[in-house]
Amino acid sequence: MSNLLGRLDWNAIPFHELILLYTFIAVSLGGVAILAAITYYRAWGPLWRDWITSIDHKKIGIMYIILGVVMLLRGFSDALMMRAQQALSFGNSPGYLPPHHYDQVFTAHGVIMIFFVAMPLVTGLMNFVVPLQIGARDVAFPFLNNFSFWMTTFGAGLVMMSLFVGEFARTGWLAYPPLSGIAYSPDVGVDYYIWALQIAGVGTLLSGINLIATIVKMRAPGMTLMKMPVFTWTALCTNVLIVAAFPVLTAVLAMLSLDRYAGTSFFTNELGGNPMMYVNLIWIWGHPEVYILILPAFGVFSEVVATFCGKRLFGYASMVYATVVITILSYLVWLHHFFTMGSGASVNSFFGITTMIISIPTGAKIFNWLFTMYRGRIRFEVPMMWTLGFMITFVIGGMTGVLLAVPPADFALHNSLFLVAHFHNVIIGGVLFGMMAGITYWFPKAFGFKLDPFWGKCSFWFWLVGFWFAFMPLYVLGLMGVTRRLSHFDDPSLRIWFLIAAFGAVLIFLGILSFLIQLYVSFRNRESLRDTTGDPWDGRTLEWSTSSPPPAYNFAFTPVVRDNDTWDDMKKNGYVRPQSGFVPIHMPKNTGAGFVLAALSAVVGFALIWHMWLLACVGFAGLLISIVVHTFNYKRDFHIPAEEVGRVEDIRTRMLVGSHV
Amino acid sequence: MSISRLIKGLVAPGAFALSGCNTVLLHPSGAVAAQQGHLIVQSTVLMLIIVIPVIALTVFLAWRYRQSNKDATYTPDWDHSTQLELVIWAAPLLIIIALGALTWISSHTLDPYRPLRRLDAARAVPSGTKPLTIEVVALDWKWLFIYPEQGIAVVNELAAPVDVPINFKITASSVMNSFFVPALAGQVYAMPGMQTQLNAVMNQPGEYEGFSANYSGAGFSGMHFTFRGLSSAGFDQWVRSAKGAGQELGKEGYLELARPSERDPIRRYSGVDASLYDAILNQCVATPCMASMDYSK
Repeated sequence: MSNLLGRLDWNAIPFHELILLYTFIAVSLGGVAILAAITYYRAWGPLWRDWITSIDHKKIGIMYIILGVVMLLRGFSDALMMRAQQALSFGNSPGYLPPHHYDQVFTAHGVIMIFFVAMPLVTGLMNFVVPLQIGARDVAFPFLNNFSFWMTTFGAGLVMMSLFVGEFARTGWLAYPPLSGIAYSPDVGVDYYIWALQIAGVGTLLSGINLIATIVKMRAPGMTLMKMPVFTWTALCTNVLIVAAFPVLTAVLAMLSLDRYAGTSFFTNELGGNPMMYVNLIWIWGHPEVYILILPAFGVFSEVVATFCGKRLFGYASMVYATVVITILSYLVWLHHFFTMGSGASVNSFFGITTMIISIPTGAKIFNWLFTMYRGRIRFEVPMMWTLGFMITFVIGGMTGVLLAVPPADFALHNSLFLVAHFHNVIIGGVLFGMMAGITYWFPKAFGFKLDPFWGKCSFWFWLVGFWFAFMPLYVLGLMGVTRRLSHFDDPSLRIWFLIAAFGAVLIFLGILSFLIQLYVSFRNRESLRDTTGDPWDGRTLEWSTSSPPPAYNFAFTPVVRDNDTWDDMKKNGYVRPQSGFVPIHMPKNTGAGFVLAALSAVVGFALIWHMWLLACVGFAGLLISIVVHTFNYKRDFHIPAEEVGRVEDIRTRMLVGSHV
Repeated sequence: MSISRLIKGLVAPGAFALSGCNTVLLHPSGAVAAQQGHLIVQSTVLMLIIVIPVIALTVFLAWRYRQSNKDATYTPDWDHSTQLELVIWAAPLLIIIALGALTWISSHTLDPYRPLRRLDAARAVPSGTKPLTIEVVALDWKWLFIYPEQGIAVVNELAAPVDVPINFKITASSVMNSFFVPALAGQVYAMPGMQTQLNAVMNQPGEYEGFSANYSGAGFSGMHFTFRGLSSAGFDQWVRSAKGAGQELGKEGYLELARPSERDPIRRYSGVDASLYDAILNQCVATPCMASMDYSK
């Protein structure tokens, strides 16, 4: 029995931690309610057939975004807990979280927000939008896409499981050794970290390969590289970064696991191990990672600005070159995360200056957006508001980032709350605002109705004002020499700043709440928010040429591209939508293989975390067998008959006529 | 330079707001930290030259070209201007050239490994001055400071005479920490099995806060120490009081001390094993040291 369960016993279940116990009860009740609802509405069949096994890039994109939003709630709960702890824990008061718990909270917050909120939102948006923008019917490898999604989701599932079975890492989000080594972290926390990221990492890497192949091979005729929409360009660059960077993460985590499981000494203090190497390797992945997140956000802003200014994007070519330059330079800056390691003045200045150089193409982008607004006709719809909020907020974060790239300044500011304020400034002000703009912008395309603008504006203003309240005090605290990851403070004069920051976090909470209310209200009022044209914003790129939501096959006929604002060009030049002559469309078939493989990977991961060697072997064998079985599945495609295409297109024709009356 | 005066005018309210709290990084008491603080301000001002116009332009253009403003020109197909694009790329480039030069020079002059050349903005280090050597060991979760020239060791308390250059040699016993006295100088990592260095000088007597600036586990929040800037006489007296502490720190005592503990009181040792620091650095306090691994010499 003990061999079967490895390290797992009743002590791993946190009965004694009341916060966790109540969370567990709440989550269990919520989970049971959801399962009951699915059963009550007899939704299991449709859920499995239409969503879980779906290889439609649009549904997978939507599922990625749902994953990102759900995990945002978890990651943000961690943030609220930290803000509360730091506001309470002064002088004689230890606050309400002991270090054992607090240290898990800040580690989980970072891991979840980057890997399971930002990444799914970005990947989801790329998945949904890219094939539509390039006039394709799906991604290059539709099954792989489903598999990637489920690997990411089961990775997130492992992190969530660590909340109630065992514990999460107490190391900070990058798990630097020697602290994350077996000598100083003997518990399961770091193992949860490793296997969650390894499983999700496979998904991310495969999804990167998939989207590169899609963009390179599947563009509509006429769409040369320099006629691609800017969002597709940023998606291409981001996926190149993913394919080049994620194997480094996989390798460094594999070496850390060997240290922990097999007694090797890559990063230990003994036997020639070198923890500095881990820090270098993880940042060789980690710095490109932040550009993986921000580039698609830049792409969203480019689309949104052009659309809502009713104007061609200013400086398309320089926007593209700026994106490519950022892609390349993002590999030459990793050492700026640890100037304080003592690399010497010349090495430090080299990496400091390469970092600053990135601000040149980034600055050029900002000016391009500004000159797109110049002599435009700006409609202040919610996506445009997020974009303006981004431009004003992001330049401050960019400035503090370049400041941190000056090595002697970094010696003073490194690891301080100033640094924490900086990266939240660029990740919230850049990535999150971008994703919110993108979700609002493409939501009608995905669901056929717009999001309610009132609650969208509430969400925007709460987020914007909340961000400034939550993070400007951290800049000040950083200048006061306050370091990050502290769970207790002695100096009572700091407290006011933490209280202001906590107030900001509450405003952000209202922002998230407004977004959830917005989803509900929009669903309830979906008839009045209905988009019957497929082009609710007077868009400029191909995704707006098809219906909202698009048919499974996206385009009945593959469009021909003459201009980089293709749809705008088609509209101006009297494009007539074909209403007859449809042909059968060749489509990939849904499969449950991706879900099964990812679930088995999670079983293997869980078994390895708890040293359940038998289960790990059985799970791994199951994984191999499932892969082999899947290769014998020859029923992978089907044709949508021409009559069916005609029927769907007729409905759209009637809808378009109705909307023009 | 009316532009820089304008920028300073715009920065002044922010600086005034900050002066109310103890922003030690901008008002430190040691020459190295003071130069780093100046650098923070200089770099920020340099970047504000571009950031402030961008923010102003964002607000202005958004307002001017709102849809309801029928007076504004509308050119839906205008998307390129070579002159404008040159300006767009050149303006940030010029700022970065200036900042890059500042970075290259300051990284070298403020390299923590480089012996100090001046005591503060006005005074050079007198020739023949020998810096005070202090060996720093980050332990779980406290600081050990060894004064090899004075033959004393102290836990969680650091003292140095003002206006005397200090050469810190820094290592750690188990996991990575970062040695940081914000009022004195920027931080440097303390890493097990490795030695880093920091050269600094304190200019004003007083008590300053020091701590670990890199998360190192459960006791991290309590890993504080006091840095005392003392007069020359005061420092001698402080050394004498340590000398009178009675207990000595040998390898056995160190192994006892290195066990994880939190919020340790100040402890002073009147003597210290001369080979202890090298043994800690080479991770061989408990085991025999390999001469070939003794790369500290």
